[in-house]
Amino acid sequence: MKPPTDTDTLTAPADATTVENPAVGIDQTAGNFSYKVDYAFDAGTGLSEDTVRYISSVKKEAPWILEFRLAALKKFFSMPLPTHWATKDLEAIDFQKIRYYLSQGQKPKRTWDEVPDDIKKTFERLGIPEQERKFLAGVEAQFDSEAAYSNIKDIVAKQGVIFVNSTEGLREHPEIFKKFFGKVIPTGDNKFSALNSAVFSGGSFIYVPKGVKVAQPLQAYFRINAENFGQFERTLIICDEGAEVTYMEGCTAPKFSTSTLHSAVVELVALKGAKIQYITVQNWANNVFNLVTKRGIAHEDAEIKWIDCNIGSRLTMKYPGVVLKGERARGEVISIALANDGQHQDTGAKMIHAANHTTSNIVAKSISVGQGRSTYRGVVHIPKHLKGCKNNTECDALLINTNSRTDTYPAITVRGDKNSTQHEASVSKVSEDMIFYMQQRGLTEGQAMSLAVNGFINDLARQFPMEYSVELKRLIDLEMEGSVG
Amino acid sequence: MSQLVIQNLHVSIGEKPIVKGLTLTINSGEVHAIMGPNGTGKSTLSKAIAGHPDYTITSGDVLIDGVSILAQEADERARAGIFLAFQYPSEIPGVSIANFLRAAQQARLAEGEEIDASAYYKRLYSKMDLLKIDRKFTSRAVNDGFSGGEKKRCEILQMAMLEPKFALMDETDSGLDIDALRIVADGVNTMRGPNLGVLLITHYQRLLDYIVPDHVHVMYDGRLVKSGDKSLALELEAKGYDWIKKELQAATA
Repeated sequence: MKPPTDTDTLTAPADATTVENPAVGIDQTAGNFSYKVDYAFDAGTGLSEDTVRYISSVKKEAPWILEFRLAALKKFFSMPLPTHWATKDLEAIDFQKIRYYLSQGQKPKRTWDEVPDDIKKTFERLGIPEQERKFLAGVEAQFDSEAAYSNIKDIVAKQGVIFVNSTEGLREHPEIFKKFFGKVIPTGDNKFSALNSAVFSGGSFIYVPKGVKVAQPLQAYFRINAENFGQFERTLIICDEGAEVTYMEGCTAPKFSTSTLHSAVVELVALKGAKIQYITVQNWANNVFNLVTKRGIAHEDAEIKWIDCNIGSRLTMKYPGVVLKGERARGEVISIALANDGQHQDTGAKMIHAANHTTSNIVAKSISVGQGRSTYRGVVHIPKHLKGCKNNTECDALLINTNSRTDTYPAITVRGDKNSTQHEASVSKVSEDMIFYMQQRGLTEGQAMSLAVNGFINDLARQFPMEYSVELKRLIDLEMEGSVG
Repeated sequence: MSQLVIQNLHVSIGEKPIVKGLTLTINSGEVHAIMGPNGTGKSTLSKAIAGHPDYTITSGDVLIDGVSILAQEADERARAGIFLAFQYPSEIPGVSIANFLRAAQQARLAEGEEIDASAYYKRLYSKMDLLKIDRKFTSRAVNDGFSGGEKKRCEILQMAMLEPKFALMDETDSGLDIDALRIVADGVNTMRGPNLGVLLITHYQRLLDYIVPDHVHVMYDGRLVKSGDKSLALELEAKGYDWIKKELQAATA
């Protein structure tokens, strides 16, 4: 462990030889590189109380946060891995070999010019500044543990919107964030939410004041740059009464020879009549364990919509949920998962109805390629005493070649006779004849497969903001091109 | 002016020989019809030329303008000018005809070159007008839920857009009512010209009333056993295939 100091100096310029052909645009080839970085703060390898104390002191946190972290750590150690229902592959994670905190020590930068050159190069290759310049209302880009660049356009700040990283949010605005922090997803919700609660750093804290409708999406970008590193960002979005916001996050990591852990916690609170849309496009390298807990609470007349695209990773376990707490609240999860060779996408949704006349909608599409495996896991809960609740669940799986595996575990509990649900599931296959048909029109095998996949998710992708559906299409093209053998 | 040469072609499915030494030359501008009873290898011939992976060419050659295409993948053959109008076209859910054809056009451009979208749509609409196809048609997903006639119309539109050197039409008339048959025939006749060679594969003479061939060949047991002009088709219609079989038996006896 390096001693926590206040240095803001940056050492060691990027290894220039790794920078060739600086392409703009977010794709896998652009993501598959890393920079040599000397970290000013390094919590070392392994997990103990000292690790947690180190992180907390580097961040100069209030005592209650350290207490919160230490309690979470105890919880984490006491909980078993959920291998009784989830894959045994989780046992491959060695928590004592992971590095839990890495930072160059810089405070979040406010303008692009202040961002260190080597980090800038990373983001330039990923297309972040270009997007930001064009249309994004705000960007927070996280490089390993801490936000390296965050900016919020004047217009959003003038509306009273707070968009900061989690450290700053807890320090500068405790009166707002403390009230909701850890309330949507309790520390002990699952082993990985406990881990995140113990060692979290980075992530976004957003507060949108009453009645404010943020016209343009706020964006965050997460990137793992160091080997054996665990990324544990913590995001909390509070949308006050009648307010609206769209948040988009993108994730990448270069391919390292050893596996990497990404374990985030995202909490959303939509107060009366508020609307939150949360969009994720992740493109992790195929040795990342991606174990994320995402949940929102929708109060009266509020709406929470998760749009979740999972591409890459070795194992993803993610089930975005909405607790429909107030009457007429609406929850929606739109999920797309692509499991290529050696990957397991275990994804789904949770809808907990807790008030009358609440509605939920789940549309999950999965694509399994080669030896890839997709699992849909969902929970819909409507208790007996409620009335006028509705749920719609659709799960569609697409198989490309016979070795793929897909499973569906929908747990739908609807009690009482004044509520309704409908569930549809389908499994389809990209047949050899379909590929031949497209090839006969001049498309290569890879182009044919990606067209088939894009067709399969087309009705969902159309709901995405333009630049994200374009990016998704590009990611699928790359995945499919690589899968032709 | 192009030439498609099929030279002593032998095709197997698995271990089973289906096409057993077929030779045929098609020049651009010509329409050839291959007729024959079911199970005689007509469809196998067209799929093998197009490069379907299930069909193994065990000997012989297929050449376009003197260059063998057998080492090429199906998509390379397509880009070299081979178009197969399928007997049973595949459905591609979620992919509109317009986007599918656009991707097919894009695949024909050099790497890094982007298709000119407005020119593409202009061309697409002019072809549709020519074939009397409603504009709404191209926003539907390729063959998804189409009637037999709509599927064939979709094939004809693709053929018009891709402008192949040689079109292989595999039982294009099967399952079509007389109106749909007319649409297909009108489409092919519209495209007929000095730049297109056509191989019509059909079981019935009826299609040949609408698309009049220059040459008619009879296929039997994996080979072409008789060739002639359009009158041969009429003779077959009148006498049936048994006549050919008997003639063959007499010749080998």
